[in-house]
Amino acid sequence: MADKQSLMENSSNLKTTPLLKEHLKLKAKMVPFAGWNMPLQYEGIVAEHNHTRTQASLFDTCHMGEFYISGDAEACGIESIFTFSLEDMPAGKCRYGAMLNERGGIIDDLLVYRISEDEWMVVVNSGTIDKDAKHVQSQLKGGARFENRSEKLTKLDLQGPLSRDILSELLAPDVKGLKYYTFGYFDILGEKNIISRTGYTGELGYELYVSAGKAVELWNHLLKDERLKPAGLGARDILRLEMGYTLYGQDVDEQTTPLEANLERYVNLNKDFVGKDILLKQKKEGIKRLLVAFQADSRRAPRHGYAIMKDGKKIGEVTSGNFSPSLSCGIGLGYIAAPYTKIGEKILIKGGSAEIEASITDRPCYRKSSLKN
Amino acid sequence: MNIPDNLYYTKEHEWVLIEGNKGKVGITDYAQSHLGDITYVELPEVGKEVKQFDSLASVESVKAASDIYAPLSGKVLEVNKALEASPESVNKAAYAEGWMALLEIKDESEKDKLMDAGKYKEYLNKLESRD
Repeated sequence: MADKQSLMENSSNLKTTPLLKEHLKLKAKMVPFAGWNMPLQYEGIVAEHNHTRTQASLFDTCHMGEFYISGDAEACGIESIFTFSLEDMPAGKCRYGAMLNERGGIIDDLLVYRISEDEWMVVVNSGTIDKDAKHVQSQLKGGARFENRSEKLTKLDLQGPLSRDILSELLAPDVKGLKYYTFGYFDILGEKNIISRTGYTGELGYELYVSAGKAVELWNHLLKDERLKPAGLGARDILRLEMGYTLYGQDVDEQTTPLEANLERYVNLNKDFVGKDILLKQKKEGIKRLLVAFQADSRRAPRHGYAIMKDGKKIGEVTSGNFSPSLSCGIGLGYIAAPYTKIGEKILIKGGSAEIEASITDRPCYRKSSLKN
Repeated sequence: MNIPDNLYYTKEHEWVLIEGNKGKVGITDYAQSHLGDITYVELPEVGKEVKQFDSLASVESVKAASDIYAPLSGKVLEVNKALEASPESVNKAAYAEGWMALLEIKDESEKDKLMDAGKYKEYLNKLESRD
């Protein structure tokens, strides 16, 4: 047996979340992820995936970054940073989108929370915190205040069809009223902080924000509920892939635009933002490649870097792939030359000795989730 | 970690059960645990001739894709077709229902290049202390 591809790397010099000791107590297999020492799995990736889809799981997402921005909505320049519009967001609303460089490439994909008329929280990926902070600050003006609270603020994700019941019984009865992509302030073990109805699994779920000193207490408090189990990055990666959600650094990066990444619905071309000119140009000329989801005819998993072929010719490349426990077949995401991106189009995926017949599917691949229950 | 006494082992964590001129091949308990949930097994063609330590099969798990090497040279007599529908047998019973191929052994003296259970156990201890 020899690994062709593996998530294992050297684990020295990695950042850790406040929950490291809890993960080790739970006998998690730890792996490096974007510079952090994170739990890949506890019981097993497929078991944790299935538990999230049928009951509920708790994920350590303390590694992600949070910025607070305040200032006059029009004068502070915040609108020009993001691809989606902020001005029509009421307080208590979350929105997903991206921020771009001058070439239209994605600096990061992220969520913005509107806290009040003149205050926002931006939640970014862990591996991009430093460059994101630099970029946001370079765009702000007119008396805007910026604070990077990534070290002080931590986050747990509670995801799964039972998450509402568990959260309202154990912590905050009022979360029952939270609608999809909204948030509120709740009493979280004596600390007033944000819970939003958002997530990265496709299930009904919540993201809970607390100060770093509270993370261990919150983690253990929630896990007292026997319906809830911890889940690691392995399950999280398959869950998001089944929904067709992109992973920054793997499916999207500064070399890809949101149009190429099939994220156009998170872009508002009626407002001004950094990188918009390039997107308009791409729209006019037509994009050359598009990120699509595909489903294999077999259990065989497409993997990052595998070639996508059509009639003996290479037409694209896989960016993410794995076995889908929900669908019992291989699934993936990848960029394909624009003429071949129709839903239902048959493709052949080649890597090493593997030749995988697949077809392009609509996103999400998994359609039975509890997301909007 | 389960390491049966009656098998021979490779450094890449394959096992072989030698019975007369036939050798049944699979991956070890350590290998299946390291790979995690196995989701696909690519079995060799019956009749294929392999040299010792050449690629024989491959397995995929939710973590990685891995080559499986032949512990001994030989001809593939039979493969475990049941793994096509239930590859998780490799996780559940690596030394029983999880077997992969039956070889007709060319040269039994090649087993001198393999480890017995005691040596394989020592080898695993060394690997784990290094981890």
